[in-house]
Amino acid sequence: MESRFYSSGLPKADVSSLPGHLIVIEGADGVGRTTHIELLQGWLEGHGFAVASTGLTRSALTSRGITEAKEGHSFDRTTMALFYATDLADRIENEIIPALRSGFIVLSDRYVYTTMTRGAVRGLDHDWLAKLYGFALVPERVFFLRLDPDELIRRTLRRGGELDYWESGRDAGLAPDLYTSFRKYQTLLLEEFDRMAERYGFTVIDASRGVEEVQAELRRELAAMLDPSLLAPMGDATD
Amino acid sequence: MSIRESHKYPGRLIVVEGIDGSGKSTQLSLLQTFLLSEGYDVSFTEWNSSPLVKSTTKRGKKRNLFTPTTFSLIHATDFADRHERSILPPLQTGMVVLADRWAYTAFARDAVRGCDPDWLRNLYEFGTRPDLTLYFRVDIDTSVARITGGRIQPKYHEAGMDLGLSSDPITSFRLFQTKVLGEYDRIAAEFALTVIDGQRSIVEQQREVRKLVKPVLKGLRRAGLARPQLEPR
Repeated sequence: MESRFYSSGLPKADVSSLPGHLIVIEGADGVGRTTHIELLQGWLEGHGFAVASTGLTRSALTSRGITEAKEGHSFDRTTMALFYATDLADRIENEIIPALRSGFIVLSDRYVYTTMTRGAVRGLDHDWLAKLYGFALVPERVFFLRLDPDELIRRTLRRGGELDYWESGRDAGLAPDLYTSFRKYQTLLLEEFDRMAERYGFTVIDASRGVEEVQAELRRELAAMLDPSLLAPMGDATD
Repeated sequence: MSIRESHKYPGRLIVVEGIDGSGKSTQLSLLQTFLLSEGYDVSFTEWNSSPLVKSTTKRGKKRNLFTPTTFSLIHATDFADRHERSILPPLQTGMVVLADRWAYTAFARDAVRGCDPDWLRNLYEFGTRPDLTLYFRVDIDTSVARITGGRIQPKYHEAGMDLGLSSDPITSFRLFQTKVLGEYDRIAAEFALTVIDGQRSIVEQQREVRKLVKPVLKGLRRAGLARPQLEPR
């Protein structure tokens, strides 16, 4: 299958023959992305598919640098967008494309859309962001695990977790307290994601349901795309 | 404010550009000393110097992790961080900012590495347009002679070794910088950079630099008294 980039692309990267599949799972922290990716990976590997997973800021090049920057106090929106872009470009060139070339299914825990959204709610220009990320490979499918911010807050706190500084957009100066900031920030992100869902053709998944239901829907979608027999009971698939 | 549009701040931004060995850093250093002696408040910044990306750049170079795109992006990240922290505040308060290299360096070098010119211009769109950009133009022989005269070998990326043009660093440097020079000449026209003949003597060039800088600084507030030059870089 011929892969393509959003716009400018990557110089010298050969994407003419990438038999693998790039699948993206998007959604806020606490929505269950990691759980669903692990379940999908186990399921797909059980059926003999080679699966690689990758996620935001996991690049060998920038992972440590971004962590350090987030611990500091001065990380402005433009610098942040560019640093995340470096991370993503590194992973696309050095992890994602090689895996796709070898026929892997690559499950990406978030992708350009998260970083574009973070920049957009901090006031960066949409066109600038879209052009900046023009080097990104267009994924085959993007599943957006959608959850209302109020439910997101309860889910996070119910587990004994805390509202994260960056996930609350505390740097954006939206509100005087953590709760209000989180709620405001996540609402802005959600609005941006909803717009993006239309523009980039996301499959929107209602994440307010239980893990089993959400996982079943993801599997139905992937089976329809990869191989319908994946949904058959294990015994039947080999008959 | 954008890379093609001047800022509205009270300060002045003066930039030097040119290929390696063009003598631009020497000239900027002399200009800084002069401006300080004239009583101006001066702030200096240089390409690829932000502490934010330092460890990442070091890791990338050491382990050879960079591609043209990530190499370009990490420099843009560095520029954005310095622009926010070391460039805009002094301009906003009315100081002279002296910058060793600007976005034009990326437009020239990264294009030679294969990055799309339009993508590069978008990348640096957030940057401001300098009040004066002095482009020190030298031919490739002068550049090679200056670089190889001072040090044993040009550095890996400076020589464009990542492009695989030649396994000999000096040959690679010559081939790479020749291409960069070609890009600079196009950029000088596109962004109306002020071209200075970098082949002349240091003194001759500095006299021209001061003459060009004078009208740019017109109306700028000075600290009043000439300051003792404690720390010219």
